[in-house]
Amino acid sequence: MSTATAENTQDQTASEAIPSFDVTVRVRRYNPEVSEDAHWDEFQLTMYGTDRVLDCLHKIKWEIDGSLSFRRSCAHGVCGSDAMRINGRNRLACKVLLKDLDLSKPLTVEPIKGLPCEKDLIVDMEPFFQSYREIMPFLVNVDNEPERERYQSAEDRARFDDTTKCILCAACTSSCPVFWTDGQYFGPAAIVNAHRFIFDSRDQAGDMRLEILNDKEGVWRCRTTFNCTEACPRGIQITKAIAEVKKAALSRAM
Amino acid sequence: MQVHKYDVVIVGAGGAGMRAAIESGQRAKTAVLTKLYPTRSHTGAAQGGMCAALANVEEDSWEWHTFDTIKGGDYLVDQDAAEIMAKEAIEAVLDLEKMGLPFNRTPEGKIDQRRFGGHTRDHGKSPVRRACYAADRTGHMILQTLYQACIKHNVEFYNEFYVFDLILVDTPEGRRPSGVVAYELATGELHVFQAKSVVFATGGNGKVFKTTSNAHTLTGDGMAIAFRNGLPLEDMEFVQFHPTGLAGLGILVSEAARGEGGILRNSDGERFMERYAPTIKDLAPRDIVARSMANEVREGRGCGPNKDYVLLDLTHLEPAHIDAKLPDITEFARTYLGVEPYTEPVPVFPTAHYTMGGIPTDIKGEVFENSEKTIPGLYAAGEVACVSVHGSNRLGTNSLLDINVFGKRAGVNAAEYSQRAEFLPIPDDAMEATEALLQNALSAHGSEKVGAIRKDLQDTMDLNMQVFRTEESINQALSDISALEERYANIAIQDHGKRYNLDLLEAVELGFLLQLAKVMSVAALHRQESRGGHAREDFPKRDDENFMVHSMVYEDPSSETAGIRQETKPVIFTHYEPMERKY
Ligand SMILES: Cc1cc2nc3c(=O)[nH]c(=O)nc-3n(C[C@H](O)[C@H](O)[C@H](O)COP(=O)(O)OP(=O)(O)OC[C@H]3O[C@@H](n4cnc5c(N)ncnc54)[C@H](O)[C@@H]3O)c2cc1C
Ligand code: SF4
Ligand code: FES
Repeated sequence: MSTATAENTQDQTASEAIPSFDVTVRVRRYNPEVSEDAHWDEFQLTMYGTDRVLDCLHKIKWEIDGSLSFRRSCAHGVCGSDAMRINGRNRLACKVLLKDLDLSKPLTVEPIKGLPCEKDLIVDMEPFFQSYREIMPFLVNVDNEPERERYQSAEDRARFDDTTKCILCAACTSSCPVFWTDGQYFGPAAIVNAHRFIFDSRDQAGDMRLEILNDKEGVWRCRTTFNCTEACPRGIQITKAIAEVKKAALSRAM
Repeated sequence: MQVHKYDVVIVGAGGAGMRAAIESGQRAKTAVLTKLYPTRSHTGAAQGGMCAALANVEEDSWEWHTFDTIKGGDYLVDQDAAEIMAKEAIEAVLDLEKMGLPFNRTPEGKIDQRRFGGHTRDHGKSPVRRACYAADRTGHMILQTLYQACIKHNVEFYNEFYVFDLILVDTPEGRRPSGVVAYELATGELHVFQAKSVVFATGGNGKVFKTTSNAHTLTGDGMAIAFRNGLPLEDMEFVQFHPTGLAGLGILVSEAARGEGGILRNSDGERFMERYAPTIKDLAPRDIVARSMANEVREGRGCGPNKDYVLLDLTHLEPAHIDAKLPDITEFARTYLGVEPYTEPVPVFPTAHYTMGGIPTDIKGEVFENSEKTIPGLYAAGEVACVSVHGSNRLGTNSLLDINVFGKRAGVNAAEYSQRAEFLPIPDDAMEATEALLQNALSAHGSEKVGAIRKDLQDTMDLNMQVFRTEESINQALSDISALEERYANIAIQDHGKRYNLDLLEAVELGFLLQLAKVMSVAALHRQESRGGHAREDFPKRDDENFMVHSMVYEDPSSETAGIRQETKPVIFTHYEPMERKY
């Protein structure tokens, strides 16, 4: 393969001046200290094509209304702080570029559904983490500890690679219609994390996790709606992982 | 006010805080206070790897690793600490593997290792494969694995609790910690946590700069809190600018991209690192690569419409190889720059990345109150601390290592100290400073916006305190900061509520940033030499005669330099003689 040379490197990266445009952003506001009712606020912003929805929220907070409340930290899709409903779909605000949206209509931003809203775009994450903790999200291995590392073949390692990517953002769980109607359901994120350990060749507690998920609020509630897979900012094949867990639960029962 | 009582209180739940908690939690009653949910901590953003001389794929030794760390830090490293870190690295990686960390594997099933900048075989002979990794999300896997281990060990977390003050009391033996003051985000309530040992693990302060790989929440809280309590900060002039931030954004493209074969090119298509570091080229330490890039741009060989960046070329790598080894960072380039790394080189420029300085500690993690004495019971670990294993320039993969080795040490020592010590009283006025801090912000009816002041601070720091510095530029930064402090006294907060008042918290965080920017600038002014991450164009040479010392800065209203007094602390040498740093 040839390496890039002066001519083509220049052409490929010479971007044009970044165009700016006007955006209308409608944000769902809620602050029980002020009123029990939620309402919509509308903001007119001038933004750039390289901006993300998080930049819109920052612009509102920093320049117009400091009381707008939302969580965020890394700003590049790795910390899982800012899952929200953007134009009706669960997304990380820091990963949605404005240039990929239809801005002829107002952009709507609301908190994720199914978890209690605390203020504006902030929801109570405790029920979500509770489900996560319940599936024993840690390696269990009671054999004598080897002096060096436990060996694992590259294939065994690959078996659960996809589900190690989870950043616990809750975009999947809070997009699931089963979870909306039944908050007791473990939800896709917990199952994803159970999968990560059940299919880890070093782990020995797969049976216990499958038993936990065999519960009436467990994997069988999943109706394969695919909302979760569509929502996952890490591109995890969630529905496939759930199917694999279901299959493992079945073969264990037999 | 609510009062809680724990043997050990750990502030921060990134890698360092959670590694400490795993140890401390098994030995003493421990609480972890964190302003973010643990898994949101910026450790999760780390990509490339964690070094240890496992020698899984080629010959290696911890002694070589020690040497590389010391040389990489331009000899400002405390050599005893570097030796401990390199030695304990092996156990630190094995600990993580046993906790379940899914490392990439060699064909035999061992932990795989790859090359990383500045890590060499036999004292600089050639690059060595020392970095253990999980694709390009090693930090994510470390953070998840440590959180999982904390759940397994029932560690008690107080999530979204902001610590704003440390309580120190006078005893016949000297000052000792008796607890911390924290603000609960959900309710706006203040809490006092009484503790025998306190561990600070609050991470870095990259947000003093505009172009940075750091999260919005990395505002140096722990450093500023220590400083306000009369404790020194060490080596704050040393900031690492990582060579490959996505141009204009600062989002990091890991050095692993070069470790896997990526090449930096200027507008002539030239592999310019061949000129600056003929032996290890693109894998030279970060300060050298960052300055070389800045120099290419300065001399007109930058790329793009404004000629203000260079290119990271991965196009000669097989797409399958890129997908296997660098999936996340190539996706960042696609998402945020719209560049396809398979076929197009990626625009990059140095980005503020890591704070080498911080709260000074000894090898137990115990905090120094001056150049000689430590405070038993008070610990710091991770990016907030300065042990100092990184000296004036940290080697890639040595921070994930640092947080594990010294996080563990701080946790063990904090717990053991708490078993020997008594609780000390909480003074009646313990909350006064925090109440005043919040009240001042809340009752402010000025006209200045927090966001605007922060932006101006970041602009001046990017302009005057970045890769190249001069006395003039540093003084400019200082005078800008002092003007910004006046504006800060006149801020307006729009949210006056108690629930999730992030408007208020951003104002407090800005106060920390302003203070630390000043500290960094004063330390930079005093150091009239160029060493590691600190490059003074008016003093281009390293000056061992006058500056082979750590700087220690204290708040001191009587000082004429921005109310900050500068002292020094000797560097600890074992058996490595300073040499010229050539690669
Ligand atoms: C993009 C990126 C990539 C990197 N890649 C690598 C790499 O490949 N290899 C390597 O070795 N290093 C790497 N580093 C550096 C390394 O990741 C960090 O230095 C390290 O993870 C810092 O860990 P920490 O535990 O000290 O802090 P963090 O992980 O930043 O955690 C800080 C914690 O403190 C808490 N906190 C802060 N302030 C307060 C307060 N006032 N009250 C209560 N809690 C508070 C936060 O909630 C958080 O939990 C990278 C850094 C970045 C930014
Ligand atoms: S599986 Fe995906 S969507 Fe669900 S919590 Fe994890 S990262 Fe978020
Ligand atoms: S801010 Fe971290 S994922 Fe969006």
